[in-house]
Amino acid sequence: MRLTCPCCGPRDRREYTYYGAAEFLNRPAPDAGLDAWDAYLHLRDNPAGETRDLWYHDPCQSWLEVTRNTVTHEILAVRALGDLA
Amino acid sequence: MTHRIPGKGLLIDRARRVKFTFDGKGFEGFQGDTLASALLASGQRLMGRSFKYHRPRGPLTMGSEEPSALVQIHEGTQQTPNVRATVQELYDGLTARSQNRMGPLGFDLLAVNDHLAPFFSAGFYYKTFMWPRAFWEKLYEPAIRRAAGLGRLSGRHDESVYEKARAHCDLLVIGAGPTGLMAALVAARAGADVILADEDVRMGGRLLADLPEVGGMPGPDWAAGVVAELAALPNVRLMSRTTVTGAYDDGTFGALERVGLHLATPGALPRECFWRIVAKRAILSSGALERPIAHPDNDRPGVMLASGVSAMVNKWGVDPGAVVVFSNNDSGLATARALFAQGIRIAAYVDPRALPVTEPFPVYAQAEVTGTRGRLGLRDVAVTHAGGTSLIEARTLALAGGWNPTLHLACHRNGRPEWSERIAAFVPRPGMVPGLVVAGAARGVFSTAACLADGLAAAAEALADLGLSAPALAIPQAEDTPYAIAPLWAVDAGGRAWLDFANDVTTKDVKLAAQEGYSSVEHMKRYTTQGMAPDQGKSSNVAALAVLAEATGQGIPATGTTTYRPPFTPVSIAAMGAGGRASGFAPQRFMTSDAQSRRMGAPMIEAGLWYRPSYFPRAGESDWRTACDREVKQVRDAVGVAEVSTLGKIDVQGADAGRFLDFVYTNTMSTLAVGKVRYGLMLREDGMVLDDGTCARLGPQHFLITTTTAAAGPVMRHLDFVQQAFCAGWDLRLISVTENWAQFAVAGPKARALLATLGVQAALPFMGCAPMTIGGVQGRLFRISFSGEEGYELAVPARYGAALFDALIRAAHDLGGCAYGMEALNVLRVEKGFITHAEIHGRVTADDVGLGGMVSAKKDCIGKTAAMRPGLLEPGREQLVGLMPVNQGEVLTAGAHLYNERDAATREANQGYVTSVAPSPTLGMWLGLGFLKDGRARHGQVIRLDDGLRGRKVLVEVCNPVFFDPEGGRMRG
Repeated sequence: MRLTCPCCGPRDRREYTYYGAAEFLNRPAPDAGLDAWDAYLHLRDNPAGETRDLWYHDPCQSWLEVTRNTVTHEILAVRALGDLA
Repeated sequence: MTHRIPGKGLLIDRARRVKFTFDGKGFEGFQGDTLASALLASGQRLMGRSFKYHRPRGPLTMGSEEPSALVQIHEGTQQTPNVRATVQELYDGLTARSQNRMGPLGFDLLAVNDHLAPFFSAGFYYKTFMWPRAFWEKLYEPAIRRAAGLGRLSGRHDESVYEKARAHCDLLVIGAGPTGLMAALVAARAGADVILADEDVRMGGRLLADLPEVGGMPGPDWAAGVVAELAALPNVRLMSRTTVTGAYDDGTFGALERVGLHLATPGALPRECFWRIVAKRAILSSGALERPIAHPDNDRPGVMLASGVSAMVNKWGVDPGAVVVFSNNDSGLATARALFAQGIRIAAYVDPRALPVTEPFPVYAQAEVTGTRGRLGLRDVAVTHAGGTSLIEARTLALAGGWNPTLHLACHRNGRPEWSERIAAFVPRPGMVPGLVVAGAARGVFSTAACLADGLAAAAEALADLGLSAPALAIPQAEDTPYAIAPLWAVDAGGRAWLDFANDVTTKDVKLAAQEGYSSVEHMKRYTTQGMAPDQGKSSNVAALAVLAEATGQGIPATGTTTYRPPFTPVSIAAMGAGGRASGFAPQRFMTSDAQSRRMGAPMIEAGLWYRPSYFPRAGESDWRTACDREVKQVRDAVGVAEVSTLGKIDVQGADAGRFLDFVYTNTMSTLAVGKVRYGLMLREDGMVLDDGTCARLGPQHFLITTTTAAAGPVMRHLDFVQQAFCAGWDLRLISVTENWAQFAVAGPKARALLATLGVQAALPFMGCAPMTIGGVQGRLFRISFSGEEGYELAVPARYGAALFDALIRAAHDLGGCAYGMEALNVLRVEKGFITHAEIHGRVTADDVGLGGMVSAKKDCIGKTAAMRPGLLEPGREQLVGLMPVNQGEVLTAGAHLYNERDAATREANQGYVTSVAPSPTLGMWLGLGFLKDGRARHGQVIRLDDGLRGRKVLVEVCNPVFFDPEGGRMRG
């Protein structure tokens, strides 16, 4: 598996650390209530097909949101969370 | 070598004789032989015993798909089981043994199993060895494993050299038969960066075994010419002896190269090399594998595939003796004709089809082979035809049941092939592996001319994708015989007819599976074990599912195939893991004091990837405990020096640095004054403690934070995440400087005096920090303590670390101090109740470790909301406590559980557990830290520490986790 880091180009998956679903980006407000926090922390879909998840490119320390297909293994998009400048 | 044909054998060098042994007996072969060809040439057809029934077996094939001729190779103290004799090249002194026998190969005591065959049908183990249950592990399984199974391992470490390597190319061509050679030639002339991989020693594929003419010259000559041209081109890499074993994502292929396995003295060469090849495009030109026909007693030594017989004649010059060819297709007839033309005696050509042919050898049309005779090797073949049954004397029976395209790699990404009625075999569908084109016999195109054309077309397609143009190239003239087949999977004549030779599965077993309800192909496979041997059913899968399809009446397309998975042929784990043993298992990180510590005799222990000194033994100190006790006392009484560079160091800068730190720490850092240090706690978003450390403010917009050694990486990742995910637009930069600074703890009542001798004026208040100069080097000085003594940490650029350590320990010695190691560091911190990741192990909150007050009520921070969840605030949580033995001589152990004094050691009665222990010379007893239900309210209670693993029960008193100097007067100085 290879991911194209927007900062470094296509790199082997051994350079990346997997983190989990991209829903972790949607941090609820502190007062959003227990249910919202429970969903944010614990509830994840397990789709067969298109999924978005978070990867860390260790060499350049960029966090990436990767859109990929868990059935075909296609990488559909890679977006850096932060500002690369 | 009584069975050689003079003048034949493309691969052998008759001038070079090679001596080897098989089952202790001396044999001779030629350079270029395989073990199988050399044994056959010596008249040794019997090479092993079958898996279940211990039937005598010889090779069925001459290739890597061999199911039967599996032997064990001995090299020194090492033994390699399940080596295919058809792949193992001969070298001087090769020592091979047959396997899976009890007694001599010619008289296997377990051959009795063969007579018990009616009891050993499919599912036999499931049905028979059920009861009594207790017998399974002790009696049945060991006995079955001894009787069945394949070769044996030596039980020693494999000390041989293996290698891993990577390669990248524009085009990977897999298989160097006519298709692959043509494809590689076209791509190479177009200028593409080409890798041509082939599992055989010499490239050419079937051109070497069948000798068709190509372009007016013998096939092997044409192949040699193409290989020579390719070898001379700088943009081509030829990889022979290399089996491409798997197709993976993004054009990645696994391949196993046999590097030194064919050499008597490989020297520094590895045995095997496991390649990862990344190709922009790939062509699968792996050819096709011939399949046998299941007829009674078709597994006798001497029964081979027709393709194997032509290979043994043409590649190795081995005389098959009188041959009966049993074929249901035109390729078998062509083989019979070719063998006959070379002077091989064709005793009979047997074909179930009505053939209007006249041949110069006996032909039995509309006939079938219905049996064989010969105890340890074929003697006669029974042929049933319109006129009855004839016994025909023959040394070799050549089976030609049709060809299965070698499409395995095309299916490795879960693609399913489709059934072709035309060739009665599965063929790949286009696009099963993105970027991979299947060409030639691998997609059911069988004549040499068609293969050459297909290779060219596949190369043109790949080149177009690569943006290169294919050069004009004429396709050489070659045979273009049509291929017709009348499927015949099994001869219906009573008796046992083998499908899977490796796992001893017969047509009856498959029918029985269907009858007992295992009618899905995946179930049949698992019930009968068909296709589960080292050959993975290469010669049996299609026939087995055809027999199943007939038994269920479903038809072959509806029955489908089992899943093709990598590897295509067996891959040594040692090759895949090459370089990963011993010190190669993980990277090693060394501190700046490493060399000096080792010179001082310190045993080094692993802390993550780091190596840290355990203790610094002095003359007369026989164990760690003596040295550790002394080091602790010297720190408490004088001064100690320890390198602490392994702690993570993260530089945080920017106008929003304070705001950011307020968000990631539970406490407030933005209010910290320049020149001050604050202890900080970080939570995970689920409210559990992530890490602790210090935060120093070096300037208005400049902080330096430390992490624990273990969490340095995860904390950096976490901070990067928080910044990049939640702090868009903030003026903030983070960078790890762990490797850039060497840092040393100097602790003890004489710490300030020590620094003064080195010219450092330590006029800092507790938790202060300042720049310093030491020996002309700019550094940083922090007044922090992990020992409970007046403590300083000195940081200098890493290149000065070794020199500073030297200077510090010399100065310490002069003051009655010493260097101290991890053991003493642990004792010092346990005496003070300081936590490490033994305590903050991922399931504790700030409140659990007694630091609930550090969670600021005035601001949000990562983990704060989740830490307020009701379950984490209720009474009954396990809280950090100190533990002292009631009887001061007793030893405490970490990992032990805590119970009320009179309760049994049950899960229900569990009150908590011990996380850290240390022998304290300061307090004269072992001390423990642990978690206890409502522990903070139970100081003074006596409970029981129960270590079930070590059989230790100790009464302990619960106390404040800070055992020594709880007011902290010593550290504040």
